[in-house]
Amino acid sequence: MELSGGEVLIEALKEEGVEYIFGYPGGAVLHIYDALYEQNSVKHILVRHEQGATHAADGYARATGKPGVVLVTSGPGATNAVTGIATAFMDSIPMVVISGQVQSRFIGSDAFQEVDCIGITRPCVKHNFLVDSLETFAETIKKAFHVATTGRPGPVVVDIPKDFTTPGITVPFDYSKSVEMRSYTPAVEGHPGQIRKAVDLVLSAKRPMIYSGGGVVLGDASEQLTQFARLLNYPVTNTLMGLGAYPSTDPQFVGMLGMHGTYEANMGMHDCDVLIAIGARFDDRVTGELESFCPHARIVHIDIDPASISKNVKVDVPIVGNVGQVLGEMIKLIEATDKRANPSDLDDWWAQIRGWQSSECLAYDQSSDVIKPQAVIEAVWRATNGDAYVTSDVGQHQMWVAQYYPFDKPRRWINSGGLGTMGFGLPAALGVQLAFPDETVVCVTGEASVQMCIQELSTCLQYGTPVKVICLNNRYMGMVRQWQEFSYEKRYSHSYMDALPDFVKLTESYGHVGMRIEKPGDIDKSLQEAFAMKDRLVFMDFVTDQTENVYPMIEAGKGHHEMRLKPSRELA
Amino acid sequence: MRHVIAVLLENEAGALSRVAGLFSARGYNIESLTVAPTGDPTLSRITIVTSGTERVIEQIIKQLNKLVEVVRLTDLSEISCIEREIMLVKVRAVEQGREEVKRLTDIFRGRILDVTDSSYVIELTGDDQKISAFLEAIGDDNLLEVVRSGATGIARGEKALKV
Repeated sequence: MELSGGEVLIEALKEEGVEYIFGYPGGAVLHIYDALYEQNSVKHILVRHEQGATHAADGYARATGKPGVVLVTSGPGATNAVTGIATAFMDSIPMVVISGQVQSRFIGSDAFQEVDCIGITRPCVKHNFLVDSLETFAETIKKAFHVATTGRPGPVVVDIPKDFTTPGITVPFDYSKSVEMRSYTPAVEGHPGQIRKAVDLVLSAKRPMIYSGGGVVLGDASEQLTQFARLLNYPVTNTLMGLGAYPSTDPQFVGMLGMHGTYEANMGMHDCDVLIAIGARFDDRVTGELESFCPHARIVHIDIDPASISKNVKVDVPIVGNVGQVLGEMIKLIEATDKRANPSDLDDWWAQIRGWQSSECLAYDQSSDVIKPQAVIEAVWRATNGDAYVTSDVGQHQMWVAQYYPFDKPRRWINSGGLGTMGFGLPAALGVQLAFPDETVVCVTGEASVQMCIQELSTCLQYGTPVKVICLNNRYMGMVRQWQEFSYEKRYSHSYMDALPDFVKLTESYGHVGMRIEKPGDIDKSLQEAFAMKDRLVFMDFVTDQTENVYPMIEAGKGHHEMRLKPSRELA
Repeated sequence: MRHVIAVLLENEAGALSRVAGLFSARGYNIESLTVAPTGDPTLSRITIVTSGTERVIEQIIKQLNKLVEVVRLTDLSEISCIEREIMLVKVRAVEQGREEVKRLTDIFRGRILDVTDSSYVIELTGDDQKISAFLEAIGDDNLLEVVRSGATGIARGEKALKV
């Protein structure tokens, strides 16, 4: 089969089983768009801004586990995509971004819409390729998918000069089933000796804590994690990225840890004697001040990326490998032995944890006349039976979802944890809804975040994605305001949004349904009304308490045991 | 502590910038970096001289290994190795200084490559210590120009860094 470069791309995407490609046309990719025009197997989703394309592909990837695919043009197309590429990179999301480039003979001449896409994206991709001939294009795409989806996943950019996609200039198409790269051979299986050592340490614990992260979700290892934790009856805490990997409504779950984690999770971290870190990377938002991080603990760390091990925190038993495989091996070893943690030690430990839980660190004022944002999230949980796909933007609302919407399944909670990208939620929800047209998809956002990619409401109309947008509108950049209240003596420098749009009218002008909810008593019934509109996008603008803060909080430079709790419930 | 890391990487456009970019992005120190093709035309070899705590060096090695184009690497400082650097240095050489510079060059087993009535160009090969010692012996006042290649290194014994 002789194909042009554009056709090579389409055929390669078919071979990879790509369902959707999120993109925006432009000069350097016009040949490719022409090839897209003649086929139906790869569906193109036309976004309104390239950032939206990358976030939508990212949301699709997080929800399905399959790589998200993006197509953008050279120059501004590529630079607009960078935020979304970096977002995927920080959270290790598999993504392949095809970017057009000016003709190869013009590269380096400051041609129209030329940027050094390879140079610009280099620090925020797992790898990138500049295609140097039509002959190697198919193989490069194969490599891109291979690198993006294996080992620790991540985004891969393929930059293709326009002259290699010219119609009429063809090569024989041959797409190999597998690819060998001598310089890229990610480890999958954990070292058996290390696994045995880890099991010994795990079973010797008096005060164990399982700390699991996004790696469990990415590695599809929730089942193994759940089995492992239940076998041992050890408490489990999840990072922001790991929520849903262990059922949040399970009694062994002690909540999220870290800066806005629960009192019990953070105190448990501080007091534990054996920490079992699984697919987590000891991020600064999780560890707090490193000096006082888990001072009594010996640490097992399972991660597929050797570079994650002992990067921030020195660990005692590192295991490099796929978390599911390693946990599977550990479970086998544990089941084969009668040795267990001393039951009375474990009972004492659980009693201590239950004691911390009795502080009810997530309690909030239920009698307020204004809408409390936490109440909205809890109502959304009820309205969706706790089983929706929930995307979010970044800020207070994101933390409130993490705290008040207990996820029982992996891949349901879709947010930008590492990069913290405002504008992520709406396009991500679009990607999720396309992947699962019959599921409930909710985007929880704030009036500041949502405006960063609000143009994607138009894309949602075009493709009929009935996302439910829950906007917690407090007329502030809430998290910025909170930090200014705590650390800058309430000097609210530029965190106030003057001249906000009327979101109801705005939504309506995009062809969707808008609702404004101002009274606490209206929350449940308006949600019911909105969720009943199965085939419509509904934007719900909740006018919430402007002064509400996210508690508990570990402030900068503090350790897990030095949490700031809600003022009225300050603990000794 | 000072470490000499030898890296074999795919001889592809942009591979060097990934290595250099990694060091600048993560704030690692580069004392010197040399790169050239190897006997195998598909591979380049980089020698990086860096310094840092044990933790930092461990991260540097892991992060380098993580780069998709890095095929193999070794920390030469961990094993018995030979390190060499070449230096070309232009030295002011007038009157009685001419003889003195020539004598120093002989002592350090250097070679004089170019002579004018007021200067020499000297070639010197050695490890970091020898080269520094020579520069110190010549003295700042007489140094007109110094060009150092940066260190290269190879392990002693039969074991080779190759694919």
